[in-house]
Amino acid sequence: MNMHVGKAVPDYSATPLEQLDVADPRMFQYDYWHGLFARLRAESPVHFQPTSPAGPFWSVTRYEDIVAIERDTDTFSSEPAISILDPEPDMILKMFIAMDPPEHDNQRRAVHHVVAPRNLQEFETLIRERTEEVLDSLPENEPFDWVKWVSRDLTTKMLATLFDYPWSERNDLTAWSDMFTSDVRLTAGEGATREVIIEHITACLQRFTELWHERKGDGKEAFDLIRMLQSDPNTENMVDDPLTYMGNIMLLIVGGNDTTRNSMSGGVVALNQFPEEMRKVRDNPDLIPSMVSEIIRYQTPLPHMRRTATRDVEFNGQHIKKGDKVLLWFVSGNYDDAVIDRPNDFWIDRPSVRNHLSFGAGIHRCMGNRLAEMQLRILWEEALKRFEVIELAGEPRRTCNLFIRGFTELPVKVRRF
Amino acid sequence: MTVITFIQHDGSERMVDGDAGLSLMETALKHDIPGIDADCGGGAICGTCHCFVEVSGDLPAADPQETAMLGLRPDRADNSRLACQIMVVEGMADVTVRLPEFQM
Repeated sequence: MNMHVGKAVPDYSATPLEQLDVADPRMFQYDYWHGLFARLRAESPVHFQPTSPAGPFWSVTRYEDIVAIERDTDTFSSEPAISILDPEPDMILKMFIAMDPPEHDNQRRAVHHVVAPRNLQEFETLIRERTEEVLDSLPENEPFDWVKWVSRDLTTKMLATLFDYPWSERNDLTAWSDMFTSDVRLTAGEGATREVIIEHITACLQRFTELWHERKGDGKEAFDLIRMLQSDPNTENMVDDPLTYMGNIMLLIVGGNDTTRNSMSGGVVALNQFPEEMRKVRDNPDLIPSMVSEIIRYQTPLPHMRRTATRDVEFNGQHIKKGDKVLLWFVSGNYDDAVIDRPNDFWIDRPSVRNHLSFGAGIHRCMGNRLAEMQLRILWEEALKRFEVIELAGEPRRTCNLFIRGFTELPVKVRRF
Repeated sequence: MTVITFIQHDGSERMVDGDAGLSLMETALKHDIPGIDADCGGGAICGTCHCFVEVSGDLPAADPQETAMLGLRPDRADNSRLACQIMVVEGMADVTVRLPEFQM
């Protein structure tokens, strides 16, 4: 199923603990991470790594430990950053995912309602129409790239809809999203340099600032994310603080993009790996919502988030120092058999299927969770209705990125009923 | 016996007997009462069992974790609680639980 061309798979069982590399993005590119995290959960569940391209850091890999840290936001802060990389001193973007209460709560509440289920009902028809168009345009009985023609296309259209973004420019949103998470230190040197990323951030900010001013006071009754920020007293002047405005835009673009996109692809892979589950959902389409939760667990498109210790603290016998970076490995928690029964199985009607860490836990839990679930549910409702066969037509190519577990290419063939 | 009345956002009602030792969230799931998602299974870390609770007498106050999660709700009210954090205990007064329009 997975290519290991040009890269030897580390022998995680034989490597001394202190030599394990938990900052190796190739583990997601070549999908060989299971053994690393199984070893850490068993032998070193709160694990220190002294060197990496982004410096020293801790890894927390057990489900219950991740939850305990997520609950203790006083000790384990989301500031200054939620990836292993520290912000550049001359460009500290402010985004609520990387803030602690109370400022976090105020900013999050300002945009929360755009993805509240009440509003999602209004989006559902539109999302379904766009999904139908995309699926109806796919070729039959010949391989095509599911990432490009389904996952990317659908999530890009959804983002453009949420922002009411100029339709002809919508692919910029996805390109920016990819750029923001592509730092060379997360991508084994394959991504972008800081200078290139800053150029893109600047272009994105400029376009969104134009849109803000075009919309401000135009009196239109529309509920896109920009107008929502304008209409809430907590955020109505956000454009005057470009680092905060840009931070929030970036958060919403990335949050609505890689995550859903890679779960859309991951579902195809999982259903091909476990054909019995495909039969189950075809026999009983009422299982689709449960399957969607299981796809999100099985894929875990954001494998970790980072917290930073605000004081010296002992946690499970380890001495974490003030200022230390602590990575919460959701992907490991989601495969922790102390909590998740038969975690390596894709099991669409597993008990307590919604108990997973892909959305995080606590006050930073994913705000767009119900939107993501709805997009995936509609995709599978429509795909299973149309296609008698949805099969892999070649090796998936996976993303080389420590922060993202996803796919760059997924050859698929479909046959209509 | 404590009677628990669940009132959906559309006004429909169900009355069930509360079992001591179960939370209001678990009581709802036991009786297949919709409107509570309980994504995290009872840890006050997801906020998807939000409800509005009416009871004569006092309930134990929300702890800081529950309060933090309730703080994210756009529809928070004075009687907002997480159903997973309220246990039914022997001799408890009857409880009315109003479900919100949505969980997220």
